[in-house]
Amino acid sequence: MMDGVSEAQGNLTAADGHVVDDRIKDEIILKVDDISLSFGGVKAIQNVSFDIKRGEVRAIIGPNGAGKTSMLNCINGFYHPQEGTITYLGTARKQMRPHIAATQGIARTFQNVALFRGMSTLDNIMSGRTLKMKANLFWQMIRSGPAENEEIEHRRQVEEIIDFLEIQEIRRTPVGRLPYGLQKRVELGRALAMEPTLLLLDEPMAGMNLEEKRDMSRFIIDANEQLGTTIALIEHDMGVVMDLSDRVVVLDHGEMIADGTPQVVQSDQNVIDAYLGVSHE
Amino acid sequence: MELLYNVFVDPFVQMGAMPDLLVQVIWEGFVSGILYALIALGFVLIFKASGVFNFAQGIMVVFGALSLVGLYEAGVPAWLALALSVLIMFALAVTVERVVLRPLVNQPDIILFMATIGINTFLIGFGESVFGGEPKTMITEQIGLPTGSSEIEMLGGRVIFQHIDIAAAVIAALMVASLAIFFNKSKIGRALRAVADDHQAAMSVGITLQQIWRIVWFAAGIVALVTGIMWGARSDVSFALEIVALKALPVLILGGFTSIPGAIIGGLIIGITEKLAEFYWGPLVGGSIESWVPYFVALIFLWFRPQGLFGEKIIERI
Repeated sequence: MMDGVSEAQGNLTAADGHVVDDRIKDEIILKVDDISLSFGGVKAIQNVSFDIKRGEVRAIIGPNGAGKTSMLNCINGFYHPQEGTITYLGTARKQMRPHIAATQGIARTFQNVALFRGMSTLDNIMSGRTLKMKANLFWQMIRSGPAENEEIEHRRQVEEIIDFLEIQEIRRTPVGRLPYGLQKRVELGRALAMEPTLLLLDEPMAGMNLEEKRDMSRFIIDANEQLGTTIALIEHDMGVVMDLSDRVVVLDHGEMIADGTPQVVQSDQNVIDAYLGVSHE
Repeated sequence: MELLYNVFVDPFVQMGAMPDLLVQVIWEGFVSGILYALIALGFVLIFKASGVFNFAQGIMVVFGALSLVGLYEAGVPAWLALALSVLIMFALAVTVERVVLRPLVNQPDIILFMATIGINTFLIGFGESVFGGEPKTMITEQIGLPTGSSEIEMLGGRVIFQHIDIAAAVIAALMVASLAIFFNKSKIGRALRAVADDHQAAMSVGITLQQIWRIVWFAAGIVALVTGIMWGARSDVSFALEIVALKALPVLILGGFTSIPGAIIGGLIIGITEKLAEFYWGPLVGGSIESWVPYFVALIFLWFRPQGLFGEKIIERI
């Protein structure tokens, strides 16, 4: 499986690191411009700028406390950076609300699985269809007419996602009872159910064993290649990052210290220092 | 010895001797229990969706009932008054969300709890200044509720069933069933359970907390209005009902704060227990024990099952 991954990635980039296939478009869908975020006196992010192109897999890496999750939280509107702008699909904004971000096609998963624990796999993924369902409260109350047709239609699409993620046998299980690796998969399913333009994955493979990581890598690649979803991903496993991503942003102590293809970033002295813990004087 | 006999034997002898009377007492308890259950249901709805313990739920019962009677007394036709009361409960939900909940989002639970005490006090003052402080008589026939009673011969005696009580049981059952279906099967229902489980995850799939809060407060308001009508029809409508509303607390301790079936079973247990206790054991101590028996039962429950009958067991890693 991993062989397939490297092979697929192998013909994506030319020797000079430029993207040559047509998966990645030239259109920049997200541009982070000079963002700074602080909590009280603690600076979580300082003057960070980077962009994400349509169709690419963009990794955000860095040691613990580098500001990676804070960055995702800014992009989907949980945090509001004090300085800088984020331009998404051509519209610049200072503040974003999570609800608006979701409406505009930004979906995400969380570092510590954030599922609706009391609900089944099916209902969790169905909740990802919330914004696609339009029947009004009245029809929902009496559970007929448009509301019923809509449930059936969306249920069909959710079943496709369940097939895609190979979780048919747990569709009725309350997710609180599932092992961690499967919970992560259901969470990905919920995000994919939103048919996102931009999918933010916060450590999708944390705490997984090798086999689970392979499966998750495969799903991420398929989501990217088959569904055409642009992905921004935070990950600690360097092997995974190098295999999956087209370009990598490296953060350390809230500052951006490198940005480029995996090969370039991997050999960057600042990055090596940051990971080895060389002091910042 | 005689005391032991009076406490542990005699009441059961009486129950066996006059089973018709026992049925009557249990029925009375059952009807009270339904009304306690409805008040508790209002608490559970709001607590599940927003984690807020709504101290004002009891006053919302009185306020709903007062709006209906107040409008009717002011000359508004009964059915229109009922429709307007529903609108008032909707306006209350929207206002509470906008003025109280939204500015206090992400504050500690105790702050929100204090805020609901504020809502409680405000509604008492506002209600009294608009509708006056005297007790009012609930309208029943005017909005299609039955009056009168039927006597049924059984077990060698007669048991009296008030028609309004039968109606209360039927309406409560219908309301609970439709709420259960709505919250389990619809998109909004899923969204509500999603918000109850995880705020951030819910927001990330595009659910707006504000909308969910308005819906649950409105649902709780409707439950309160119905409870107020039923209760008002059995006694009268005044702010004294608030004391009765507090009986929802032992119900919640029994049933668990997050369980709708728990609220119903808990309500019935409390209602029936207090009536049996009052009738068979009350005379031993001079009566009036139904006001504290529910709290005593709740206390015993707290010792053995603090999460309630159906509550989620809290397991914390330490």
